[in-house]
Amino acid sequence: MVFEKVRKILADYKEIDESAIELTSTLEDLEFDSLDTVEVMMSIEEEFDVQLEADENIKTVEDLVKLIEANIQ
Amino acid sequence: MSFRILGTGSAAPKFTLTNDQMAEIVETSDEWIRQRTGIGSRRICKDENLLDLSVRAAEEALASAGVRPEELDLIICTTLRGELITPNHACLVQERIGASCPAFDINVACTGLLYALDIADCYFARGKTKKILIVAAEEMSSIVDWTDRSTCVLFGDGTGAVVLGEGDGLRAVTVHAEGNREVLYIPRGEGKLFDGTVVGEPCCVKMDGGEVYKFAVNAMTTGVQKVCEEAGISPSELDFVVPHQANLRIIKAAMSRLHLPMERAFVNIESYGNTSSASLYIALDELVRSGKLERGMNVALTAFGGGLTSGAALFKW
Repeated sequence: MVFEKVRKILADYKEIDESAIELTSTLEDLEFDSLDTVEVMMSIEEEFDVQLEADENIKTVEDLVKLIEANIQ
Repeated sequence: MSFRILGTGSAAPKFTLTNDQMAEIVETSDEWIRQRTGIGSRRICKDENLLDLSVRAAEEALASAGVRPEELDLIICTTLRGELITPNHACLVQERIGASCPAFDINVACTGLLYALDIADCYFARGKTKKILIVAAEEMSSIVDWTDRSTCVLFGDGTGAVVLGEGDGLRAVTVHAEGNREVLYIPRGEGKLFDGTVVGEPCCVKMDGGEVYKFAVNAMTTGVQKVCEEAGISPSELDFVVPHQANLRIIKAAMSRLHLPMERAFVNIESYGNTSSASLYIALDELVRSGKLERGMNVALTAFGGGLTSGAALFKW
């Protein structure tokens, strides 16, 4: 569920097809630089009503999903 | 009675430091800097001092307003750090232009102009003030860490000024602060105790870019929305938004959240970088001189900065 929403946010932001985004995709592969990452974090915060710390260890979509799940609970 | 902007001025140092020259100082590149910030070059106080530039900007604003220095009732200077700790920078400008009125500095980082406009609004409301000069003086090149590639590429030096007079140009102004020490700060510098012990930290910009980005986009968006609401107009009725020139990506994100096309934002970051509080004055001055502003247009100013502080203002031009 979290993954589907995150995939949609990432795909909308980069205007790419959702199918291009896997759990194992790295943000770098998807051509997200540090500011793009902050920008989608803001969208994610609004979507899930959570506060996320920008973290340099977030490399893959899965890292992002895990961070959100940890903050929802 | 509120006020309107009678004249604007700005002065930037001659020396231009390009991104390619930056790449010789720290490990970076023109492409990297442009993509993430929109900055192509910045001006640096190398051949002139900050006070000379401030006086030039002030005199230009007074000339364009048709106001003589002796008519001024107040001078406010927005600066992170003027030429001296005391006298304050506003007094130094006052001495040089030959005015005779109260003069003081405020430090609200990049949000300086909005706070100064809010203060001016109070002075005009008291009914005894006819003319106010607001001056910005920022020499970021002396307070950045030239070994930190994540911050030193962002900033530049510059000065600007506006002259205000009685009128009904100001429709709304809002200022805000949410005290936060960690996200964006500049230590005051090192000093020595009686026994020679060095205390304090070197005076240079420390910034958590990601957190500043989030604060900036939210603050600029909500600031503009708030002044529009107070003035009873929709953001879509804005003819121009003059944003603090910190990062092109922040400006784009804020404009997108306001559902406004980028053509309505006035942007000149490419040739100046972030000049702290001076950025809004320089942008406003260039917009005025471009001849694009027409009487009756709705113009919003919006900024954010260390503090964390933010503010916005709306003018009927």
